[in-house]
Order: sequence, then C-alpha cells, then structure tokens
Amino acid sequence: MEKIKNLINITDLSEEEIDHLIETADDIIADPVKYQDICAHKKLATLFFEPSTRTRLSFTAAMMELGGNVLGFDQAASSSISKGESVADTIVMASCYADIIAMRHPKEGAPYVGAQYSSVPVINAGDGGHFHPTQTLTDLMTIHRKMGRLGGYTIGLCGDLKFGRTVHSLIDALLRYDDVRYVMISPEELELPDYIKETLTGAGVEWKEVRSLDEAIPELDILYMTRVQKERFFNEEDYIRLKDSFILTRKMLGPAKESLAILHPLPRVNEIAKDVDDDPRACYFYQALMGKYIRMALILYMLDIK
Amino acid sequence: MNIDGVNTGYMLDHIEAGKGLAIYSFLKLDQAECTVAIIQRADSTKYGKKDIIKIDGDIPIDCDTLGYMDPNITVNRIKDGKLLEKIHLELPETLTDVIKCRNPRCITSAEQGIEHRFRLTDRKNAKYRCLYCDTEYSEPRGGER
Repeated sequence: MEKIKNLINITDLSEEEIDHLIETADDIIADPVKYQDICAHKKLATLFFEPSTRTRLSFTAAMMELGGNVLGFDQAASSSISKGESVADTIVMASCYADIIAMRHPKEGAPYVGAQYSSVPVINAGDGGHFHPTQTLTDLMTIHRKMGRLGGYTIGLCGDLKFGRTVHSLIDALLRYDDVRYVMISPEELELPDYIKETLTGAGVEWKEVRSLDEAIPELDILYMTRVQKERFFNEEDYIRLKDSFILTRKMLGPAKESLAILHPLPRVNEIAKDVDDDPRACYFYQALMGKYIRMALILYMLDIK
Repeated sequence: MNIDGVNTGYMLDHIEAGKGLAIYSFLKLDQAECTVAIIQRADSTKYGKKDIIKIDGDIPIDCDTLGYMDPNITVNRIKDGKLLEKIHLELPETLTDVIKCRNPRCITSAEQGIEHRFRLTDRKNAKYRCLYCDTEYSEPRGGER
C-alpha cells in the first residue's frame, strides 16, 4: 500500500491502512512490552493551539508508552503565536525539533497548511468543527474491539447530527464497510445536513431518521451519543422541550440489547446520566483508552517503524 | 466567425451577454497596449445574444480562470490573420487565488500569505469547495472575484 505522509482527514487512510492500524493496536494491547522502547530517541511535537484534554493526553501517553519523548505547547498563549507567528512558521520550526507532529487548531484547514510546510509527518488532532481523524480511528477501534467487526450491525447516532464533526467523519468511515444500518436520532433542528443524507442515499445504505431515543434503542447494536447544545437552538422553548429526549438514562436501557455498545467521543455534559456508567454496555471510557492504542499504532505507521 | 481586425491575438467568443466588461476588467485589458474591442449583445445562433472581445496582441490569457468566470467562452487564437487554435473552455478542476473562502472559521481568514485554493466538486452545478475547510463557495460566479 502507498503510505500517506500526513493524516488530515480520515478518508486519507485506505480501508487496508485502517485494518493495519487496528491490527497493530490489537498487538500492542496483547503485548505492550514489545513496543515499550520502539520509539526510543524519537520525538512527538504536540502543537495544541487551543486547549484539549483527551486528545493531547492520549497522544502524549501513546508516545510515552512507545518509549519516545514529547514536546510542545497546549495553548496558543504559551507559544509564539501570541507574538503573531504564523502557523506555517511554527510548523517549520517544530519540524526542526521533532520527528512527528500532532496539531490541533481552532481554524479549519490549519493542519492542512501545516502539512504543506512540514518536513515531518503531520497528524490533524482536530481543526475547529472540521476534521478529527484520530477520534474516528478511536471510534473504529472501539467498534472493532466490541463487535469483532467493522460492518454488519445497526448503529444509532444521537444528538447534534448537524454540527457534530465526529458523527460526520464516522459516517464517512463506516460507509466503506458492508451491511451497516444507520438510525439518525435528533431533533429536527439538529438533523444531518442534506449533503450527508444525499451521500447515504447515494451509497445505497439502509438509513432512517427518528425523533426519539426511546423509539430507536431496542434495535441498536451500537449507540453513538453526542451532546445537544443549547446554543444550537433558535429559541429556548424548543431546547427545553427537546433536550430530555436525547439524554440517555439507565432506565431507558431496559429494552436495549444486552450486547449494545454505548459510545461517546467525550467530553460528556449531561447527555448520558451518571447511572449509565456502571452498566456493562457503557463503553465511552473504554473508548478513550482505545484512543491511546490506536494513536500508538498511528505514530508507528507514520514514522514507518515496524 | 468574423476575426476581422485581429492579426495576431485572440477573439473571445460566446461570452455570456452582459459579462464582456467583467471579462475585460479581469484580463486588465484597460492596461493592454494593443487594440481591444468589445462587442456587446451580438446575435448568437447558439445562445441568442453574446458578448465578444477582440484582442489584437499576443498577451497571456489565463484560460482556467476565464473558464471559471464563463465556461461557455470559446478562445480563438489567431496568428497572421489565420485561426491557429480554438479552445473550448470548461470549469477548471482547481482555482488558486481567484475566489476567496467566506468561512470566518477557515484558516485562510486568519493566516496571511496563504493561497486561496478551491477544488471543483460538482461540475454539473459548478460547485467549488475550499481546499482547506471544505466550505462550498456560494457567491454568484459572474465576474465575482
């Protein structure tokens, strides 16, 4: 397979490459000792122009568990950006010091700009509301570990389907796999954008929209929750009327399958009640753990370390 | 086709009626030292009405951008009074520094010195998306820059 140099969008990776990453991540989980020094003397630069908890920590943990080192910054204020340095110059400078770069930026397309100027591989760690490919890899890894496959199930995507970048990227990725049925669960105000609906229809996959989580739960194998944000509504009345329909509680899981896997990209606010955390079907913290392993596999792949 | 008045240069034919001045302006023909003529609202068997620009001078013509502005234009290259080449324009696959991304969240709105680059995503409906943020360009194309 022809290796990619930078990861900007999940579609930069072929199905074959995703399979390879998942296979490597599985091997890391099975035998972490084998990988503990594999990146010795290699450096990852985490250039986070906006704050992040999970993504930055998981990249840092991933590189440390591979025996490598991490340098960087976690907000623009602590970098020369605050002095007016451009993204391009920051990346050129960082690629002098590191072997690989993970970059988060509030502006859409910034990692693409970075990749044009970098002499080392650049991984997009989130660019505004645009792409977040390592989150999608995390989702795929979790689905693989929980379902044993990446196709052949019914997935419910719930919450803000209009602006939710994780949902859009996940759909892009899952469209490559056979026999995935989609149930889109959202208020009318936050339903999928038309162009994604057209993509689903054009791909000939089975999909439907429902307005209540209760209605959808019994048929789901995977439930992917996202947050319904108050600021997305035009008036507060609509928000108050609808918000509870998209909060998952333990009680609502009564009619759900025993094998259901509940995912959430995190952070969660109140869309999954705390009493769901103890349910064996709750996989969102496990998902965060899988994020570390798949990022380890990605770092190895992009550094061409076998 | 009448190429009278052009010895060596171009005749831009089948310009959408009313767009001739915008094309003239885009090509900076007001600064050209050669002879230039604009014919507006000429009869056209193909389109009903059309504009035509005749340029008697071998100046550089950016066919990609011209194709974006009006993909129906035919560029006739003329040398020594004879038709040398007939180029039927089409929408270019990519555009660089022709239109600007209007998305305030796009990196091109914040960072200086980045080329504004777009790719054609829907030829039938002439839709372009920003190469950086994927936002669809939705402004009317006629002469807009």
